[in-house]
Amino acid sequence: MPVTPAVSVDGLVMRYGDKVAVDRLSLTVEQHTITAVLGPNGAGKTTTLETCEGYRRPHEGTVRVLGLDPVRQRKELNPRIGVMLQGGGAWSGVRAMEMLRHLAKLHAHPLDVDMLAERVGLGDCGRTPYRRLSGGQQQRLGLALALVGRPEVVFVDEPTAGMDPQVRRTTWELLEELRADGVTVVLTTHYMDEAERLADQIHIIDHGRLVASGTPLELIRGGTVTTIRLVVTRPFPPGAPDSLRAALGTETVVAQLDDVSLLVTGPADASTLAKVSRWCEEQGVLPESLALGQRNLEDVFLELTGRELTP
Amino acid sequence: MTATSSGTFTPMPGAAPLPRQVLAQAGMEARLMLRNGEQLLLAVVIPAIVLVGGVKGADRIGLDFSHPPVDVITPGVLALAIMSTAFTSLAIATGFERRYGVIKRLGTSPLSRTGLLAGKVGALLLIEVLQVAVISGVGLALGWEPDVNAVGVVLAIVFGTAAFAALGLALAGSLRAEATLAAANLVYLLLLAGGAVVLPTSAYGDFGEFARWLPSGALGNAMRDALTDAVVGWRELAVLTGWAVAGAALTARTFKWE
Repeated sequence: MPVTPAVSVDGLVMRYGDKVAVDRLSLTVEQHTITAVLGPNGAGKTTTLETCEGYRRPHEGTVRVLGLDPVRQRKELNPRIGVMLQGGGAWSGVRAMEMLRHLAKLHAHPLDVDMLAERVGLGDCGRTPYRRLSGGQQQRLGLALALVGRPEVVFVDEPTAGMDPQVRRTTWELLEELRADGVTVVLTTHYMDEAERLADQIHIIDHGRLVASGTPLELIRGGTVTTIRLVVTRPFPPGAPDSLRAALGTETVVAQLDDVSLLVTGPADASTLAKVSRWCEEQGVLPESLALGQRNLEDVFLELTGRELTP
Repeated sequence: MTATSSGTFTPMPGAAPLPRQVLAQAGMEARLMLRNGEQLLLAVVIPAIVLVGGVKGADRIGLDFSHPPVDVITPGVLALAIMSTAFTSLAIATGFERRYGVIKRLGTSPLSRTGLLAGKVGALLLIEVLQVAVISGVGLALGWEPDVNAVGVVLAIVFGTAAFAALGLALAGSLRAEATLAAANLVYLLLLAGGAVVLPTSAYGDFGEFARWLPSGALGNAMRDALTDAVVGWRELAVLTGWAVAGAALTARTFKWE
């Protein structure tokens, strides 16, 4: 019997006025995974997530969560999902634990709220009114609110934004424990390291379109592709990237990083290296360093979209 | 479900029974309202001042009522208290719930929109019980001798709450939080002064004929009917029903959840 995907988005189009925020996006999230939707600010991540959560009706296409329509079948679906908003979501005067207890009462089999508060690190601010919680504490409460009903799927929007490194690591461990316990985690992030560390599957979105999907390893390796970073002593002559690319062949991509460095992405074998040195000789530039490297997600993103992920 | 592990977070989803959800929501909203100083001022302190001031003042300026002033003004102040809670407090609280994303947050919880609405009504009724107790206490201390029709009182409270809550939600659902705060207070003051809520429509001369069609005048008259003459003010209840239906229709059309 095929397992229903946790989320399936098919041909989703979302517009704000004339602006297309999500453009024929299709993606699937398998159950019991951590799946990251990665992209720069304004890529359409939150809009996509909010459509899955039933806050927005698809303008075109369909969205199903656990096989259910998030708008029409919200009564059936809502108890089964947990949502962590990017911010807000509580009365300004409500105390942290009071809010958590309240959400717990709306569910049939909630988690023990004291245990949960301890786990997300709310221990010492349980009686603090929401408006006096720090940004990081509000995030932690938001995560606890998403988990308290023992959901099958949790949607977490930028879960570690504004958290200090220590809490960030604890949060990652918590998300990994959720997966181990059989919860599906769908997270949006613009942090590479977060996606690389946590995700089983990554969907990269830019301008509302899916530009790549795969495991972190698949995305980084992309077959045999690696990188050569060439740094020279004096600035390159104009047109250097095109000229190097012509010398290396069409399988490679050459990007100019600054005046004195180029990034070559392609099969970094001995023959390519030889061609790079020969090209330097012809151009009359002296290599200062020639570094071979694995691509990281940052490079993948740069290649796919032509821009940096994190400004 | 294929998960075999039984860890801390192993899914076990489910909604609590609706009555428990509504009760939780009502309790939460009532608690938050009572914790808020301004809301408490509006709910209990201002009506109590109006009652004492009204009864003392009426003796001095010689307002001519068919009953002793305290017997006329106390029901009016009860109506004022209902109006302040069901309209002003509800509108302000709901406006800020939209602003702070509370309604959005609850939108993905098991609490349905009907449940949320029921919770809000529950919170209003809880606070109104408190208001009726305090204001009746002050009235009795001032020598109030009511002639009670209990059915009339309950119907006036329920229909008045429905009418003002529908109007308050229409306001809160379409304006920004600050604008809702300003508008809800302004409307409250205007109706307090000229809405025939505390004083009977007969005290307003020709304007009274108009004021009796206002939700404030209708609620005020319904309370006075039930507490001075011990009758049910059916006509007033019909007017309140009209306002409730109009407000609910407006809310349904214009309410934005965010």
